[in-house]
Amino acid sequence: MSGHSTYEPKTAIERWLDTRLPIIRFGMDTMVSFPTPKNLNYWWTFGAILAVCLVTQIVTGIVLAMHYDPSAANAFNSVEHIMRDVNHGWMIRFIHANGASMFFLAVYIHIFRGVYYGSYKAPREVLWILGLVIYLLMMATAFMGYVLPWGQMSFWGATVITNIVGAVFGDKVTTLLWGGFAVDNPTLNRFFSLHYLLPFMIAGVVALHIWALHVPGNNNPKGVEVKSKADTVPFHPYYTVKDGFAVIVFFILFASFVFFAPDALGHADNYTVANSLVTPQHIVPEWYFLPFYAILRAIPNKLMGALAMFGAIGILFLLPWIDTSKVRSMRYRPSARLFFFLFVFVCLVLGFCGAHEPDEKVLKGLAGFQLFDANLNSFVWLSRLGTACYFGYLGLVMPILGLTEKPLPTPESISTPVLTEKKG
Amino acid sequence: MADTVATNPDGHAPPGQDPNRRDFIHIVAATAAVGGVAAVAWPLIDQMNPAADTLALASIEFDLTKVQQGQQVVVKWRGKPVFVRYRTPKEIAEAVASDHADLRDPQTDAQRTKPGKSQWLILVGVCTHLGCVPNFGQGDYGGWFCPCHGSVYDTSGRIRKGPAPKNLAVPDYAFLSDTKVKIG
Repeated sequence: MSGHSTYEPKTAIERWLDTRLPIIRFGMDTMVSFPTPKNLNYWWTFGAILAVCLVTQIVTGIVLAMHYDPSAANAFNSVEHIMRDVNHGWMIRFIHANGASMFFLAVYIHIFRGVYYGSYKAPREVLWILGLVIYLLMMATAFMGYVLPWGQMSFWGATVITNIVGAVFGDKVTTLLWGGFAVDNPTLNRFFSLHYLLPFMIAGVVALHIWALHVPGNNNPKGVEVKSKADTVPFHPYYTVKDGFAVIVFFILFASFVFFAPDALGHADNYTVANSLVTPQHIVPEWYFLPFYAILRAIPNKLMGALAMFGAIGILFLLPWIDTSKVRSMRYRPSARLFFFLFVFVCLVLGFCGAHEPDEKVLKGLAGFQLFDANLNSFVWLSRLGTACYFGYLGLVMPILGLTEKPLPTPESISTPVLTEKKG
Repeated sequence: MADTVATNPDGHAPPGQDPNRRDFIHIVAATAAVGGVAAVAWPLIDQMNPAADTLALASIEFDLTKVQQGQQVVVKWRGKPVFVRYRTPKEIAEAVASDHADLRDPQTDAQRTKPGKSQWLILVGVCTHLGCVPNFGQGDYGGWFCPCHGSVYDTSGRIRKGPAPKNLAVPDYAFLSDTKVKIG
């Protein structure tokens, strides 16, 4: 919480510096003595994990940029050069590529945690919105990064996504993005430039995100505000150690991908050099975009599909006002909890849909029947069902449930003993 | 065990006593952290060293018939110029005569050429001062003159005047035949 400072400079030089640039005070207040709710569980460690992910991506990315050549003629070869010739290049590239997946895995858990515990509710709306801005920047960065190896999936991913932008804003904008009449060398050059820029913008918004976090302080699993000093512990050593442990466990997962299944999350077609004359048989985005890809394809209209896809993220910005419940934590909202887990399931189903061809059958043995433009037993209809549920949850369940449900009694404070809490 | 716990308010053993279990955890954690950081840092630093494809091009072959007596040919080796100079008997004699002069970086001409091949002088054409390429046949000693800061080299490529500290370097090379040399 802001204004809690307990730092007392002990040496003359610290006192001298403190009256000129109180940077040690700032560090102590934000990372050492910061009063943190004492009941944070492991779902709260993903903030630190995400910070580590961002640093990992920036460090490995800067290294890769030392060897990468952002020209259509040489990009693919330079990536192979990194894989084969550069000292430890294979490892650094696999860390960077899988790091993107790990980053998104962590950010999705972080977002769902925020939804479950109502971390977006007043007074943390700005914190939530800044988080979504980071998420959007991450998506832009990941997309442009995926274009850089200049393989088939890079090229056709770039073509499809820039055309989605064109679906909304018109062909002139697409031409502007491409710097030509198709995805080509100018596109690759500018994507490289922006891919290098955006992570530093993310870092900037992360600083704002942490600032906005430190004004009201952390939410917590009980969702009640900190009432007294008894409800908090200093960030160090309690959460530095807890976060540190979680980061190590996360690194085990990360390393198992990097060293044992480095291409498991990628696509084999991207090891074929970009060819502007042939589209691969089956083009899918990276796994972290699949739910949105499913929403895009669910709607049989170019403009509306693109708007639904952007709207799926846009609606999240309104969540603090859509959710009418005053109770933050779903621990005390049994029906909301049920809907929340259904929502998580729907997101997974949408991801599953995005990975399959629209006209593929969901249940293999079942013939199904034609409903309007497609077989009901096809992924296009499952995507439509999932899209309806996605928007239904955010647009209908969230506002209505908050008014109609009867939440369980919430504890007086974080420190209220469990027994009185159950009674009350 | 109980008597080793919380002997100090901060959990550490008092000065002069053996470390207790809390100290041990701190030492182990710090060691693991330092080891981990070093293990991660090394690949990130080592990637800047020459890549395998750069190292694969580290030696070249050169056909000596391209050089006329009294001339030099400059070839590119590892991104740097290499002087291949076909010296005249006069130039060789001058170089040998200076073997025992007051040299800044004492070396005899024989040490800078291959036995029986004293007409061939092969040097890395990079001034040992600050890396410029010296000009052929200029300067007081008929060797090279560096245009950047005026270092003067003799016909054996030894530093004679100016700020450079060392003689022009002799790369590793070997004669594959009378007309072919492998540099690197």
